[in-house]
Amino acid sequence: MKLRRLWNSIWPPLVAVILLLAVWQAATSIFQIEKWILPSPSDIVREATGGAAGLWKHTMATLRLMLVGFAIGTGTGLLVAFSLHYIPSLKSSLYPLIILSQNIPTIALAPLLMIWFGFGILPKIIVITLVCFFPVAVAAMDGLTRTDRVMLDYMRMAGASKGQIFRKLEVPHALPSILSGVKIAATYSVMGAVIAEWIGADKGIGYYMMLQKSSFRTDKIFVAITIIVTISLAMFALIALLEKWLVRYKPLKDDK
Amino acid sequence: MMNTEKSASVSGTDIAALEIQGISLAFRKRRQQLPVLNDISLTVPAGKFVSIIGPSGCGKSTLFHVIGGLLEPDQGVVRMGGREVTGQRGLISYVPQKPALFPWRNTLDNVLLAREISGDANEAARAEAREWLVRAGLGGFEKSYPHMLSGGMQQRASFLRGLLAPQEVICLDEPFSSLDELTRSDMQRWLLDLWETSRRSVLLITHSVEEALLLSDTIYLFSGRPASVLHRADVPFARPRRESVIEEPGFLELKREISARMKEEQSKKPI
Repeated sequence: MKLRRLWNSIWPPLVAVILLLAVWQAATSIFQIEKWILPSPSDIVREATGGAAGLWKHTMATLRLMLVGFAIGTGTGLLVAFSLHYIPSLKSSLYPLIILSQNIPTIALAPLLMIWFGFGILPKIIVITLVCFFPVAVAAMDGLTRTDRVMLDYMRMAGASKGQIFRKLEVPHALPSILSGVKIAATYSVMGAVIAEWIGADKGIGYYMMLQKSSFRTDKIFVAITIIVTISLAMFALIALLEKWLVRYKPLKDDK
Repeated sequence: MMNTEKSASVSGTDIAALEIQGISLAFRKRRQQLPVLNDISLTVPAGKFVSIIGPSGCGKSTLFHVIGGLLEPDQGVVRMGGREVTGQRGLISYVPQKPALFPWRNTLDNVLLAREISGDANEAARAEAREWLVRAGLGGFEKSYPHMLSGGMQQRASFLRGLLAPQEVICLDEPFSSLDELTRSDMQRWLLDLWETSRRSVLLITHSVEEALLLSDTIYLFSGRPASVLHRADVPFARPRRESVIEEPGFLELKREISARMKEEQSKKPI
């Protein structure tokens, strides 16, 4: 029953993707499009299987960078949200600045970070942290402010300390909201890692893309894109699973 | 934890579990004074069941917030066991109007919440909670989350949370108002039985005269906003009380009398 529902939600987009790939494949051969402009899906698959060994190294480098950045970014986001929640004066002064800071494109900051912190791992981690922290911080703060009034009154009357209210009520209450922020951060972290590698790196998928761009190896760029999408989807799925496990008390949506 | 009948019956000389004296409170809204409580005094003797009846929206819940220490009264004091505790939190066990069970906790953990807050949710407390859950007809539902329970079951779990709390005085804020008629009378009977065996000091807010008469030793009738005590009535029916008391002529007469007073008060309300 459950499997069937899953299948029902999967097959329509799957068919769409297969159709798209078929049209793409047909178009490249019918219109005889040059391989360096638009390689066909089969070219890309061939390239991916052929150059797998070298790509593996780059993928691992990007993955490592992304995971470290994601962890630090999410941690920072939570820390910022919790401290702003507890110090209202800090919130009223800093929250608008945090929102404003999101108008600065990360890609514009990246060169500056390279100048200040060199070509090591630090500026790259900072880039990823910058993109990850925002969705997490905003979602967490939003969740914390929407704590149920009656439950809060109950906790206070029962004589709960601030710490107890935080641990036993506010955090669990905000958890679904926090996790949806983390889910966004997870996909952003992949993008952050690739951007960081574009700017300056000697390994990683982003670096690999820049390398292939200069030699017009469009097929290899497509392989890189496929890898990025796959990592993004995997991260999203991982957090969604974590969410399902942590928020397991929730009724199923189609209950009732 | 449970007070036996013996300890409750020496109440003649001992100090009231909860006493409030001359409580007044006004909310301030843009320079306007909105008086909510007007010189309210009442007493809950140890091991007694006391009810407050009043028109809805008269500020009864605000009174609980004062007793619970969430609001500071403009005037008056709250005493518990003879000690002044105005504005102090953590001294009453509160059962809110809606069950307000925490959705991420299963029934057992919800019921133990108050114990956890006071730091004694040990194995003995868990065993006691399990026992009470069985007695409340929630035996197989220890591990269920609140959304899996019916409204009546949630309310019972909410009661147990209040009952298992370490505080002596339990404050019930219209606990039956969100339930349907049938569940409601079931719950009243259940609460009556429960109280007869545990004999805690209880302050109940309700707008049902029958409910108050069935359960209480003393009833305070409140006026409309700003709330003040209109009338205090002792309920003479013997303990342990059975639900059949509802049909006794004395009960009906008392019910008629209090209802008449309430109607009179309602009619004074400006429209």
